[in-house]
Amino acid sequence: MDTATVWFVILLLGLGSYLLRFVFIGIVGDRPLPPWLLRHLRYTAVAILPGLVTPLVVWPQATGGVPDPARLIATVVTILVGWRTKSVISAILSGAAALYLVLYLTG
Amino acid sequence: MADETVKSTFSKGVRDAVPFLLVVAPFSMLFGVVATESGLNVLETLGFSVAVIAGAAQFAAVQLMVEDAPTVIVLASALAINLRMAMYSAALTPHLGAAPFWHRAIAAYFIVDQSYGLSILRFEQNPDWSLKLKLAYFWGTVLPICPFWYVFTLIGALIGDAIPQWMALDFALPICFLAIIMPMLRTPAHVAAALVSIVAALCFAVLPYNLGLLVAGLLGMVTGAEVERRTTLAEHS
Repeated sequence: MDTATVWFVILLLGLGSYLLRFVFIGIVGDRPLPPWLLRHLRYTAVAILPGLVTPLVVWPQATGGVPDPARLIATVVTILVGWRTKSVISAILSGAAALYLVLYLTG
Repeated sequence: MADETVKSTFSKGVRDAVPFLLVVAPFSMLFGVVATESGLNVLETLGFSVAVIAGAAQFAAVQLMVEDAPTVIVLASALAINLRMAMYSAALTPHLGAAPFWHRAIAAYFIVDQSYGLSILRFEQNPDWSLKLKLAYFWGTVLPICPFWYVFTLIGALIGDAIPQWMALDFALPICFLAIIMPMLRTPAHVAAALVSIVAALCFAVLPYNLGLLVAGLLGMVTGAEVERRTTLAEHS
């Protein structure tokens, strides 16, 4: 990664993110929006993040892309605790604990 | 309470947002660590947090840059994750849209998951709040979140090298994202969107330039919207 590319990404991503935040509150104001647009926007995060995580879980870089029991178990624990408790912090701590436990046991 | 003041409403916002530091501080520190481990210097890492101020998009951008994805793909994927900010902006507009332009222009930068989520919740609980009170509350939620986002990114970037190998930091990002996704799955439409995204990400992983992620995101989004539309139709018929 060269410095110019990194700063190019930082600046454009910052600008783009600002425009996304600004578009309605700054430009559109309180004019009504088409329901279909809002309906799609509601699902952007739940549509992108699982797609981003899945390959990292199934083919972790740290193991050279080979599925790894510790990481799969940590995934299942994080999902279960997150689902039951709805608590982000509990899910992270449980997932990390599961990861370290299995990594330790399998040495 | 009819006698709420700007000051008391601001404090209420601060009090409501403080617990979220438990998530924000470790998450931003982790970004600092992961970004510097990925080869960014301290200034670049902090630059990300100041310019973008959205954890998931920042992590995704760094992850894709490590994978040598083309810059266009890096930007498109990270901005797709931040599309939800447009939704937040739209949701806050009926409440804050009457503020002066300069005020809205500054507030827009500070629309993040926590300031949006808390503000919308309280605005709906207190429909009688004036614009002044609503703005006070919004800024109250920003204060304990955004400055610490920068500070803990910096701390993470500075201690990055001190993190030992056994801590398997490569997997901190997936665990954080999974933990963030789970509470979002409030309705069958959200679950459907997530499941389609997972299946599509696996099926389209062979596509070059990480295009698989964009395809997965698009299919998931359309699925969520369509399931919601049909659910609403069924409820009204």
